[in-house]
Amino acid sequence: MNTSNPAALTIPQLENVYDTLAEAIDSAGPQHAELFLTKLCLLLANRLSDDMAVGEMVKVALADLSGAAR
Amino acid sequence: MHQVQTTPHPSVYFDYKVYAASPRPVNMAACVVIVGAGPVGLTTALLLAKQGVRSVLIESEQQVCSGSRALAFTRRSLEILQQVGAHTMFENLGLPWRCGNSFYRGQRVFRMEIAHNPHDRFAPLTNVQQQFVEQSLVDLAAQQPLIELRWGHKVLDVLETGINGAQAAIEIDTPEGRYVQRAAYVVACDGARSHLRSQLNLKLEGSSYEGRFVIADIRIQLPLPTERLAFFDPTWNPGNTVLMHRAPLDMWRVDYQLPAGETPEEALQPESLKRRIQAQLDMIGHGGIPWELDWSSVYSARALTLPDYRHGRVLFAGDAAHLLPIFGVRGANTGFQDAQNLAWKLALVVQGKAPLTLLDTYTHERVAAAREIVFEAGKSTRFMTPPTRGYRLLRDAVLSLSLTQEFVRPLYHWRTSRAHAYLDSPLNAASHDVAWDDNAQFGAASDASQVEGLKVGEPMANVALEPRDYLMDNFPAGFLLLIVSAQETVTTDAEIEAVLAQFRAQGFAIFVQHQHHPQVLACYGAGAYLFRPDQHLCARWRTLDPRRLEFALQCAVGAGPELISV
Repeated sequence: MNTSNPAALTIPQLENVYDTLAEAIDSAGPQHAELFLTKLCLLLANRLSDDMAVGEMVKVALADLSGAAR
Repeated sequence: MHQVQTTPHPSVYFDYKVYAASPRPVNMAACVVIVGAGPVGLTTALLLAKQGVRSVLIESEQQVCSGSRALAFTRRSLEILQQVGAHTMFENLGLPWRCGNSFYRGQRVFRMEIAHNPHDRFAPLTNVQQQFVEQSLVDLAAQQPLIELRWGHKVLDVLETGINGAQAAIEIDTPEGRYVQRAAYVVACDGARSHLRSQLNLKLEGSSYEGRFVIADIRIQLPLPTERLAFFDPTWNPGNTVLMHRAPLDMWRVDYQLPAGETPEEALQPESLKRRIQAQLDMIGHGGIPWELDWSSVYSARALTLPDYRHGRVLFAGDAAHLLPIFGVRGANTGFQDAQNLAWKLALVVQGKAPLTLLDTYTHERVAAAREIVFEAGKSTRFMTPPTRGYRLLRDAVLSLSLTQEFVRPLYHWRTSRAHAYLDSPLNAASHDVAWDDNAQFGAASDASQVEGLKVGEPMANVALEPRDYLMDNFPAGFLLLIVSAQETVTTDAEIEAVLAQFRAQGFAIFVQHQHHPQVLACYGAGAYLFRPDQHLCARWRTLDPRRLEFALQCAVGAGPELISV
């Protein structure tokens, strides 16, 4: 657990999630990546059980999208 | 000159009777003219007749509808049809059901069972082809001297809408030539492609969805129960949805979504229909059973309503007023509620007993119902026929997850049609001031009986008094004051009788029923309940007193303080 901010991942955990997501997206393949990510969002949202938080995070994720290399 | 097809519609199961074209009338003025003798038009005419009001029913065809069309009828629709005596056919021929299943990748991922309340006379849903419904209603109308049904008469134009008080006038064409029909009121029940609606250039509000579906009726003996079957993303129709419903006489309705861009003409090619239906049967493991096609059509999902159901002296009901999605069986089932809501109000206005503003409550109540359906059914439709890439992704994510994850399965719920509750109707006494009845007190902490019971605005709850004897079986043609108490011998107080007598002297029909049946007590709680002729509760009291009863009665007929125009 991250003792300075219990609601956040520790740095090693964040690195772990980073690699897990990247490899999962590759494993899903370009044809299924979007569907995989959508499923993952629903699963995480359910685990979080806080639809307001999901709404906030949707806003954060929608920002700064243009200009990113594909 | 209106030429009508006089050969019977082809059908493997229905024996079409072709009626002779009605002659042009001698008297071209009528009180109420109803355009369209479909289920909603016929029910409106029969309900008006029950209130003693004549109507002329104009039908452009000379036989009942082609194809099975509306197939699944809700409990509430059957209760409404019982009021005109049309329920027997359903009990004899109809297939009752209450369970639905959703399949993905060969697995049943969702099952819903609607509880059948033992106090309801009718099943949650009953499947019967629309032709049988129309035929029952036509036969009842033929026995009703207050209804004049004119076959082969087609409305061409609305000459006068009757705005500003004048009569309405419509031009009608027949095989013998045209005539102009005048009417105090015209009720447009001429369906989804309402000619009256387009003639008056009235716009619908809401959403149209891209997804097109073929509906096809086949005769086949399938060893499957009467349950809704929904198939998502089947192998033979990738990304699309297929539905199957059982119907009487070995018929099955198959609905399948079309690929984007395919036209109705392409979809209805016999080879295409045959191939796809066979593929569906193969997929469910019954590809070897012989079948034949009866009828097919294409529809698209829409959730639309007129914002106002009255235009001058022209009133709209059923699909002429709104286009609602097939998902959740919203079409005819909503139309029957329109007819029931409209008929008693129109009767009172036509008889000069109630102000015109009573008709505005028809719009108020039924447009609210349609908008609620547009909103709710929109959710089902976005799941069944995703309109955008985003919705498609979410739908597909749910399909995939549903194979193993319980939490997403409730999203398959198809939100069946149910009766709308007129909670804030101006016809409810409590809408003017909560002190006029005890609606808020029922079920409150201070309430001794602790029975929350039926809320004002809701349709009557049925109670099985004896086997095959239900509270709603003999609902009268008028208002009902239901007095529920534990005491066996109760007489109505003299002051209450005086209020009722005064109401009757104004020309209104009100019937009193005393009930002390333990099941009625358990369901409603002791008290007095005022029901409108359409079986919706408009006031309820723990203690009935003459002053509040009098106020509630005036409200109920549109003579409450806010409805009397100044």
